[in-house]
Amino acid sequence: MGVPCPMTLYLLRRFAGFVVTMFVAALVIFFLLDLLPGDPARFILGINATPEAVAALRAQMGLDAPVHQRFIQWVLDMVRGDFGLSHTQGLPVAQLIAERMAVTLPLSIFAMIVSVAVGLPVGILAAMRRGKATDTALMILVQIGVAIPNFWFGMLLTLLFSVTLHWLPTGGFVPWHEDPVAALRSLILPGLALALPQASILARVMRTALVDVTEQDFIRTARAKGLTKAEAVWRHGVRNAMLPILTILGLQFAYLIAGTIIVENVFYLPGLGRLIFTAISERDLVLVGGATIVLVLATTVTMLIVDLCYALVDPRLRGRGA
Amino acid sequence: MALVEIDDLTIAFSGRPAVAGLTLRIDRGDRYGIIGESGSGKSLTALAIAGLLPDSSTVAGAVRFDGAPLPEDERVLARLRGKRIGMVFQEPMTALNPLMTIGEQIEEAIVLSEVPDVANLVVPDLLDEVGLSPSHVGRYPHQLSGGQRQRAMIAMALASRPELMIADEPTSALDVITQRVVLDLIAEICKRRQMTLLFISHDIRAVATLCSRVGVMQAGRMVEQGAVADVLKSPQAAYTQKLLAASRMDRRPAPVASVEEQDLLAVMGVSRVYAQGGLWPWRDPPLRAVDRVDLTIGAGECVALVGPSGCGKTTLARMIVGLDSASEGRMLLDGVPYRGRDLPPGSRAAMSLVFQDPFSSFDPRMSVGTSLAEPLHLLGVMSREERDARLREAVEAVGLDASMLTRYPHEFSGGQRQRLAIARALVTRPRVVVLDEPVSALDVSLRGDVLNLLARLRAEHGLSYLIISHDLDMVAAMADRVLVMEAGRIVEEGRPDELFARPQHSLTQALMLARLPDVA
Repeated sequence: MGVPCPMTLYLLRRFAGFVVTMFVAALVIFFLLDLLPGDPARFILGINATPEAVAALRAQMGLDAPVHQRFIQWVLDMVRGDFGLSHTQGLPVAQLIAERMAVTLPLSIFAMIVSVAVGLPVGILAAMRRGKATDTALMILVQIGVAIPNFWFGMLLTLLFSVTLHWLPTGGFVPWHEDPVAALRSLILPGLALALPQASILARVMRTALVDVTEQDFIRTARAKGLTKAEAVWRHGVRNAMLPILTILGLQFAYLIAGTIIVENVFYLPGLGRLIFTAISERDLVLVGGATIVLVLATTVTMLIVDLCYALVDPRLRGRGA
Repeated sequence: MALVEIDDLTIAFSGRPAVAGLTLRIDRGDRYGIIGESGSGKSLTALAIAGLLPDSSTVAGAVRFDGAPLPEDERVLARLRGKRIGMVFQEPMTALNPLMTIGEQIEEAIVLSEVPDVANLVVPDLLDEVGLSPSHVGRYPHQLSGGQRQRAMIAMALASRPELMIADEPTSALDVITQRVVLDLIAEICKRRQMTLLFISHDIRAVATLCSRVGVMQAGRMVEQGAVADVLKSPQAAYTQKLLAASRMDRRPAPVASVEEQDLLAVMGVSRVYAQGGLWPWRDPPLRAVDRVDLTIGAGECVALVGPSGCGKTTLARMIVGLDSASEGRMLLDGVPYRGRDLPPGSRAAMSLVFQDPFSSFDPRMSVGTSLAEPLHLLGVMSREERDARLREAVEAVGLDASMLTRYPHEFSGGQRQRLAIARALVTRPRVVVLDEPVSALDVSLRGDVLNLLARLRAEHGLSYLIISHDLDMVAAMADRVLVMEAGRIVEEGRPDELFARPQHSLTQALMLARLPDVA
C-alpha cells in the first residue's frame, strides 16, 4: 500500500541485483587474471627482449599504473565497447567475440527452441499418461537422451544426414554475409546434437513438475467445475508447472552459450567456446578476460529475463515486490 | 425423490477397502451431513458422488445421481459435475489456482456450466450473493483472507446453479467467527436456492447447526444415519455416543491451590512493530502487530489468549518463547529479563512451545527420539544414560511407550503425534509451556484425550500454560484466566465462566455469538 507499484519495485530490485552481480564478476575476473603469473609484455616480446624494451611496452600498455586505476580503466573501456587488443591475434577482442557470437548465439537459440519444442510436449504427455505404457516408453527414451554424449550423437547425425543422405554439410561454417542459407544449414546438425540432452532434461523436469501440480487441490477444483482431468491439467496445471521450468531454461541457455566447445570441435564451427579454449592455451589474458565478461553478461541477462518471466507468470511475486 | 442414491459402495486402494458396503440416500432439498474422523472415508464418499475418485482406487457398487448411474465417458461425467454439482473444499488457499484472479476462476465455472445466456449470470452477482465486494474480481487468491477465499470458492460452486452442493470440511481451516459466517452463508444459500446439500465434517456441532439428516461414518462404514434431532437425542451406535461425548468440553479441574501469588512470567509493555511500504517506509505508519501488551502468568496457572486470526497472538507467543524479539518493552521469566531472542539457554529450557500442526512440526527424516532429544542441548553436555532417561520419562508421561522412539513421524497417527509434540516440550522439564492451538488440527474425538493429558501433566508437574486459541469451549475447559486480543491489544480479561457469561467487549461478544450451539 502506498508504494508506487509493486511490479516496478520488483523490477528495480532485480535490475540492481544485475548491476551488482556484473560489478562483482568484473572485479573477480580482473584480479584473478592479474594474479596469474606471466607478464603480457614479456610474453609479447619473447624471452630475449631487454628489460628496457619490456618496461617500455608495459608503460605503453598501461600495465605500470596502480591496480585500481587499471581496473577502472578496464571497466570503462568495456562499457564503451573496447575490450582491448588480443596480442596473439592482433585484432580487437570485441571484434573476435562478435564474430564468434554470430555463430554461438544463433546455435544456442536454435538448440533452445528445439529443446523446448521437443522436451516440453514429451514431459506433458508423459505426465498426463503417468504410469501407463506411453509414460514408461518416453521416460526410457529420455533416460537414453540424457546418457548419450552430445558429440557422439552429433557424429551419428553426421553419418546419417551428411555422409549417407547428403542433406546437410558435415561441418565447417559459411559466414552469414556470404550465404545465410548455407550458414543456417551448417547449424542444424550441431543444434540438434546440443538440443538432445537439454530436451531430455527438460522433459524430465516438466513431467515431475506437472505430476506435482496435478496432485494439487486446485486441479480437483477445476475438475469439480466441469473439466476433464486432461483439460484441468492443460488449463490450470501447465502454467503452474512452468515456474520450475523457467529456472531450468535459464540455466540451460547460459550453459549453451559457453558449453558448446565439444560440439563446435566435432562440427568444426568457429564458436565462442573454441575461441576461449584457444585463448587460454595461448595465455591471451586480454581475450580470456573479455570473453569471460561476455559469458557472465550473457548468463546474468538470461537470469534477469527469467526473473521478469517469473513476475509475468506468478502474481504472488508482483504482489509482494520481494 | 432421491437426488443421490448410493448402493453398497466399496472403494478400495490396492485391495484394502477405505469405504465398505456404504448405502446412502439423499433426497432433493435434504441437508445431509456426514460425520466421521479423518480416514473414515467420508471425503471419498463425496468424491465418489462427483466421480472424482483417484485413478488408483477400485470401486464396486452403484452411485446414482437423479436416478441415473454416473456416465462412463469422462467428458460427459465432467460436464454433469460442472452443471449439476457444486463443490467446496477444505483449504481455500490450495483449492484455488494461485495464478488466476478470482474473477477468471468464477468466469470459467460460468462458461463450463453452459447456463443459457438468458439466465444472465455474471460474476459480480455471484460475488454479491456470497457477500464479497465486486472489487475482488481482479484479485488473486493470495490477496484475500481465508474467509474471503472460501466465499470465492462458494461463488464458484454456485455458478452453475447446481442442484447439489457438496461441502467437504469447508470451515475447518477458518477461525471461529469466520466459520460461523460461512456456515450461515451456506445455510442461507441452500434455503434461497432450494439446493440439496451434502456437508462433510468431523465437527458434530457444525453438522447439527446446518443439516437436517446425518450419517455417522467410522472406518469406512456407515454406522448410523437418520434425522439429526433423533440421532443426537438418542444415538444408537456406540461410536456415535462416543463422538457426542467427545464434543462436550467439560471443565478440567484446576489442581487445587496450585496457583501461587508469585508471577512466573511477566510481559511488560511489549510491542512488535513491522515497517511497511518497502523502499518508502515513511509513507505508511508501521504495523503494530502486538501493541503494548501486559500480562502475567503465575506459577502453576493456566492462561488463555483468544482472538481471531491475525490479531497478533502467535506473534506475541513467538516473542515470549524467544523466537522473535520485541520492538518495545521487555519480559521477565522467573526474574530473568529478556526481550526475545536474547533469552539465555538456561531460561530457554524452562519454557517450551507446542505447535498446532503435529504433522508439519516434526522433521519427517528424523526418528522421533532424535527430534525429542533436540531441546536437551539447552541443558549443556549430558551423558547418554541421562539423555535416554529423560526421553523415556517424557514419552511415558504422555502415555506412549519408549520403544516408539526409534520410529519415524509418518508411522504415528495425528493424536499420537501431538502427544509426541507434548513430550518434546516436556523433555527439558520446563515450567511454562506455550500451547499454540494444541488441539485444533485434531479430530474432535481425539481432542478430549489430549486435553485430559495436558490437565494431568499440569497437575503432576506443576506446569504453567499459556494457551493460544480461538476455540472458546476448549479455553473454558482449561484456563484459569482468559485474555481477549484484538489488533495487537488485550481488550478484555477475566475468569472464563464470568467472561463468557457477561462479555463486555464487542470482540468477546462476537466470539460468543459465533460459538456453535451445544448438541446435547
